[in-house]
Amino acid sequence: MAKRVGTEVSLAVADTVKLVNADVISAYPITPQTHIVEHLAELVANGELDANFIPVESEHSAMSACLGSSAVGARTFTATAGQGLELMHEVLYVASSMRLPIIMTVANRALSAPLSVWGDHSDVMAVRDTGWIQIFVENGQEAVDNLLCAFRIGEDPRVLLPVMVHLDGFYLTHVIEPIFMPEQSEVENFVPPNQYPLPLDPNNPVSMGCFAPPVIYAETKWAQEVNLRASKDVILECWNEFGDQFQRHYSPVESYHSEDARVLLLTMGSFSETASLAIDNMRNAGKNVGLLKLRLWRPFPFDEIRQAARNADVLIVLDRAMSPGGPGGPVCSEIKAALYQEEKRPKVVSFIGGLGGRDITIEGFEEIINKGIEISEKGSNQEYEIFGVRE
Amino acid sequence: MEKYAVYVPRLVNKRENFVPGHRACIGCGEALAVRLACKSLGENVIIVNATGCMEIVASQIPYTSWRVPWIHTIFENTAAVASGVEAGLKILSSKGKTTSKNVKIAAIAGDGATSDIGLQALSGALERRHNLLYLCFDNEAYMNTGIQRSSSTPFGASTTTSPAGKKSIGQVSWKKNMPAIAAAHNIPYVATACPSYPFDLMAKVAKGLNAEGPAYIHILSICPTGWRTAPDLTIKIGRLAVETGIFPLYEIENGEYKLSVKIPELRPVTDYMNLQGRFRHLSDATIEEIQQRVNEEYAKLMEKIV
Repeated sequence: MAKRVGTEVSLAVADTVKLVNADVISAYPITPQTHIVEHLAELVANGELDANFIPVESEHSAMSACLGSSAVGARTFTATAGQGLELMHEVLYVASSMRLPIIMTVANRALSAPLSVWGDHSDVMAVRDTGWIQIFVENGQEAVDNLLCAFRIGEDPRVLLPVMVHLDGFYLTHVIEPIFMPEQSEVENFVPPNQYPLPLDPNNPVSMGCFAPPVIYAETKWAQEVNLRASKDVILECWNEFGDQFQRHYSPVESYHSEDARVLLLTMGSFSETASLAIDNMRNAGKNVGLLKLRLWRPFPFDEIRQAARNADVLIVLDRAMSPGGPGGPVCSEIKAALYQEEKRPKVVSFIGGLGGRDITIEGFEEIINKGIEISEKGSNQEYEIFGVRE
Repeated sequence: MEKYAVYVPRLVNKRENFVPGHRACIGCGEALAVRLACKSLGENVIIVNATGCMEIVASQIPYTSWRVPWIHTIFENTAAVASGVEAGLKILSSKGKTTSKNVKIAAIAGDGATSDIGLQALSGALERRHNLLYLCFDNEAYMNTGIQRSSSTPFGASTTTSPAGKKSIGQVSWKKNMPAIAAAHNIPYVATACPSYPFDLMAKVAKGLNAEGPAYIHILSICPTGWRTAPDLTIKIGRLAVETGIFPLYEIENGEYKLSVKIPELRPVTDYMNLQGRFRHLSDATIEEIQQRVNEEYAKLMEKIV
């Protein structure tokens, strides 16, 4: 049986990497990811995790070394945040395009300038189109569970794609939570060994990363896209089996009192917990509101979003990143696009909040919902609103 | 050595691991250097290749010239990818998860990928002491993109981004000393080589491959297209680079300098430069400045030779 332990979430993430017996960890320190990699270095130094820890000289090299170790068939993990994810940017595309199942925890952080080590989703949104499977988590337990799932999904021979697990910096990485840590035997049962089909191996030489002239480039990208979209079935299968084995259940879009709600709020990551308390308050006050939590960011869960939003009149989306000069929050834009062709669709209102670690309280969420309802009724001359910003 | 000169070529690996059919230019010194290096690298090796001429000429989907496992990702990260390959294989081997044994890792990159954009990744890999051999094939500019200057372009050379003009002599900085930078990491083996001295090159690659720790070999790779030279002069120009003292061949083994090819009397730099269009615009005064610099650098090197 799994033990419930009080632990800092970052340490639990590192302990999960130990449970899956990762072969290579390549990482560069950046706040707020540091506790994850420090603990991994410690586990390796103490002989508790039989892995090769590469203390690289930059995030660019961290992801590059991951390419190399994954290409020889080693189970590979890294973690980063904010600027680090941006420095990895061009390498991220290579990981997914070359079908290398690298697993990464991202401790979500705002982007400079001004410098901010605190959390938001600017870093996630900037790497949206890198071809990785991307999962948001809400608390420490979910960070552990979905990291286990990430290894199983990414390394599945039907998938072979890198996976990011997004974990809000500080709000999740640095808090102590009670977490059910699975037993080694349970993990071994759930995550099979990594069997990369065509590793770099002198016994069977392959050329990896050849270049594509115009006559073949589009076909390679389409093949990758087909594969990423098809990975959703494997993701769902994995979450189902995880639920069977561990009795904790995950789905691409999770709902909280949403079935009969006329007004829905959609959030990602750690804000979802606070938002659900606001929903409780408002329902107790007789308001017909509900919450949607976006867990699977890539591949985007079109059907689930359409299904979940079908009966609502208003859908308020709270992004934690900006798209400067653009149509509003990046998540909201995608949700609008997903709903546009639907015959029956809610009015969609875009809010941006929680930038650079700014907290949103329960009352704040209530205010967002009330304001969202008002905008849906009266209209607005703005594409979106930044919640609580001082002008 | 002389009495083995007839016999030694018979010892060379007859198998080609960088096979014909690639699209390198006529007279390409780099393709020749890679072919020779591959003979020494053998079959139990994984090659990590930076973006550049050798990647572009030899790996267009669905073709490949590489008969050993080969990976290319991007431009500036070759040493980092090679670090990952080495670390991955090491742990898989210790965990008994691979059947391959004693696989060697070779990173290959051009001068831009080494001395400019990839210098940080290279420094990191050397500092962390990954067991890999890094081969820099130096054709002294970004030839793949069309002859733009790099920090490895020699003083006075005209390139497309350091063009000679009324107010410019071409490249205004002196060639970056990459072997010295590599050696400053206190790695067990550093060497310079040139395909005009094929047996020396192959012997050094073999030595670097078997060094205990990281090894770096800087290989002058004559580029007829970028240097504006006749393609049939590639070998000759490589020899002149050595005989003029412009590109001396030496090794640094555990910090100890050894001269590989002794030149009793250096030839004037003009013997080398006059064959190349990239230096054609230079005044006698500039050439004299270059001659002085070559003499000084060569003298400094000789002081280190034991």
